[in-house]
Amino acid sequence: MNEIEDAPDLLLEATDVAKHYGAVVALRSASLAVRRGEVHALMGANGAGKSTLVKILTGGVRPDRGTILVRGKPFVVHSPAEARRSGVVSVYQEPALIPDLDVRSNLRLTQSPVEATRHWLAELGLPDLDLNDVVRDLPLATLRIIDLARALAIEPDVLLLDEMTAALPANLTELVLEVIGRQHGTDRSVIFISHRMIEIAAVCDRATVLREGQTVGVVDVTAGSEHKIVALMLGDMVRDLPARVADVAASAGRPAEATPRISARNLSFGTKLTDVSFDLYPGEVLGVVALEGQGQDELFDILSGSERPGGGEFLVDGAAVSFRHPADAIRAGLVYVPADRAEALLMQRSVRENIALPFTTSFGAWGPIDVAGERRKVDKAIATLQIDTRAAAEVRRLSGGNQQKVTIARWVAGGVRTMLCFDPTRGIDIGTKQQIYQLLRDLAAAGAAVLLYTSELKEIQLACDRTIVIFHGRVVAEIPVAEADEATLLRAAYDLKPDETMPEDLAAEVVAAEAMDPGAAHDAADAQPAGPQ
Amino acid sequence: MSAATSPIGKNGGGLAETVVAWARRNIWTIGLVGLLVAFLAITKLIQPNYGAPAIQGLAISILPIAFAAVAQAIVVISGGIDLSVGSVMALASVTSAVLMKDQGDLFGVAVVLGVLLLGLTVGAINGGLIVATKVPDIVVTLAMSFVWAGAALLILNTPGGGAAPWLMAIISGPLGSEWLPKALIVLAVIVAVVWLPLRRSTLGLTLYAVGSSPLAAFRSGVAVGPTKIVAYALTGFFAALGGLALTASGGVGAPVPGSYTLQSVAAIVLGGVSLAGGRGGVLGPIIAVIVLALVRTDLTFLGVDPNLSTAIQGAILIGVVMFGSVVAMRKVRA
Repeated sequence: MNEIEDAPDLLLEATDVAKHYGAVVALRSASLAVRRGEVHALMGANGAGKSTLVKILTGGVRPDRGTILVRGKPFVVHSPAEARRSGVVSVYQEPALIPDLDVRSNLRLTQSPVEATRHWLAELGLPDLDLNDVVRDLPLATLRIIDLARALAIEPDVLLLDEMTAALPANLTELVLEVIGRQHGTDRSVIFISHRMIEIAAVCDRATVLREGQTVGVVDVTAGSEHKIVALMLGDMVRDLPARVADVAASAGRPAEATPRISARNLSFGTKLTDVSFDLYPGEVLGVVALEGQGQDELFDILSGSERPGGGEFLVDGAAVSFRHPADAIRAGLVYVPADRAEALLMQRSVRENIALPFTTSFGAWGPIDVAGERRKVDKAIATLQIDTRAAAEVRRLSGGNQQKVTIARWVAGGVRTMLCFDPTRGIDIGTKQQIYQLLRDLAAAGAAVLLYTSELKEIQLACDRTIVIFHGRVVAEIPVAEADEATLLRAAYDLKPDETMPEDLAAEVVAAEAMDPGAAHDAADAQPAGPQ
Repeated sequence: MSAATSPIGKNGGGLAETVVAWARRNIWTIGLVGLLVAFLAITKLIQPNYGAPAIQGLAISILPIAFAAVAQAIVVISGGIDLSVGSVMALASVTSAVLMKDQGDLFGVAVVLGVLLLGLTVGAINGGLIVATKVPDIVVTLAMSFVWAGAALLILNTPGGGAAPWLMAIISGPLGSEWLPKALIVLAVIVAVVWLPLRRSTLGLTLYAVGSSPLAAFRSGVAVGPTKIVAYALTGFFAALGGLALTASGGVGAPVPGSYTLQSVAAIVLGGVSLAGGRGGVLGPIIAVIVLALVRTDLTFLGVDPNLSTAIQGAILIGVVMFGSVVAMRKVRA
């Protein structure tokens, strides 16, 4: 694949691109060379400058320096419309469709050919989409597919896919990867951005790695090259994921007579949650594993006081409780870290205010704020979590990883007894993930109880002491950490017995499922005939 | 949810299906028509001799505020708001009255065109300031409302000037049937000629796109800034039409804006335009203007204290909008 002889070998060539925002250097010196007919991964931890480079390529931001050539012609664009005319079309993490217009009007807005779009919609598994449907009424996954089909229909020189698979179900992800794979050897190229190594390995030829605003390497994607990519992404910070963050097995010796911090007894809610029971003890991190939509969202809503259970009993420190409001849960020491940072933070306010908010409100006083005391606590939390405070005046300016640290810090500042984490590492970089695992271990070591739902099975062995598995609203397994390797967890998540061999079609799913985001293999789970019980 | 959800044609499906889909999309407007009929019936009940002459009077009296509502609807659909609509109407009214007084018919036509151009310009200035300075639209248009109101008073500090006879003639009296007031026809023709083609154009699409989601619009390649300026310019244009209607109906220029700005906002809210942008049309607001006028008429007939009647209008406005959102929520849950 390195032997493309034709003259304009490079479809897109960016050299020494730099961008400053005031004193903050977003991009120091990035370069990117995309060959004709290749699928090229753009990799980098959060804050490496990846999103700035993407914005430059899509015309959202103008670079301070550097040259960009597309098919040898200078690429100077000031808007996505100009970028499209110059041959670069992007599909973003969130749909770029107008919610109040129907699909047809959206196509018209981007001057996309309707027939070609229909063709790609069919290829991507949506042959029957009614173009008169209003976008607002369509499911999120469908919108991403429409976005992609629309971009493919334009037949751009360079198609830029920015985390577009992040919330697709596994079956759609496969289709998308398959369609992207077809761009190999054509006259066009794809720039592919994803946090999931498995996807990179599946479709990409080469990967350009950014770190601290610089291109630090270009890697040929082959078997095992992910280690090299990770090493480049992390630099000398961390070499690789350790097998285990802490020596968690030691904590298995919990006193038998200890009172659980939380006891769930036959909790149910609507049709999603039918019968969930478990105990969470002080000093442990209990993992929760489930495919998408198995009732874990409802469980966390109940535990954090956002919803009231339809049935069952819920005890905190041995006493039955009934939360009417998240404030009740917080008062009982149950604090919640959601996956979506926007749900937890005041985006326009400062890091300091965000961290201080929960414990100033918990004092229930409307009087003056104890500024000195607040500052001490906030500074301590910032130091504990190593939050990058360069852009501390407004949380929304922080990178995703740093935002997530703030959502955790605001609870840590007040002292944590029980932390409920719902996929806290979704969409953040490996370095920050490591810090979060370590923090959860430290909290447990200090006597707190942590419940951790994660969509990345690997995290269970990195951070948890044991794990429960939820399937169709029931706890179907409890697995000690020593046995909780990915294969075991995945079988359990599909409610298969440990010794059963996985059916052929499911074994294929594993590959997709490993890569899947909030357990998107839902469809596969539904299609799966009930295993011999 | 109202008159203008899908600017583009349909594909497949039987006639019945198309009708049902259209009705579903315009359910709010259809509901408003029902409300209008109900209020007409009530009016007839309260005042048995309410007939064609009264309808004609009603049509003339609502003409300025109807234009104001259309003006406000356009800018709100595109995600903004214009608090200077009333002042621009006053400015247009006095400018036209001063220039037209004791002049010939042909000059009057020139004045009308000039005033419409003035409206476009004034609106474009409003929009340009918002886009260029990034100051919130409420602040800019509130500030500009004082500027335009002041300008109107400088031109004419008491009601005065005059209107060309033909201008007064085209909105007074009926055309054909005595139940068909000319004022209503003028309104329908102008809206049909200006707004309908616009809405079906790419420009119309971008107005809705920018109001619905500026980010998605930007990513779809819409020039967001210029689109906003165009929206404000169109608002200025319809506000100027409102001002001309003031001059035509009163025969003199009115330098004080009155409460047209707030009435226009009330009308679009009742008319099914989402204040969040992206949703609604201009037919709903026009019907809403008529409904609100009928409510006022009925309360007057009933001999209700005028101050109390203002409060009742407010309560009706809140009640209808609340009812609408409750129905919408039900639909989402179902």
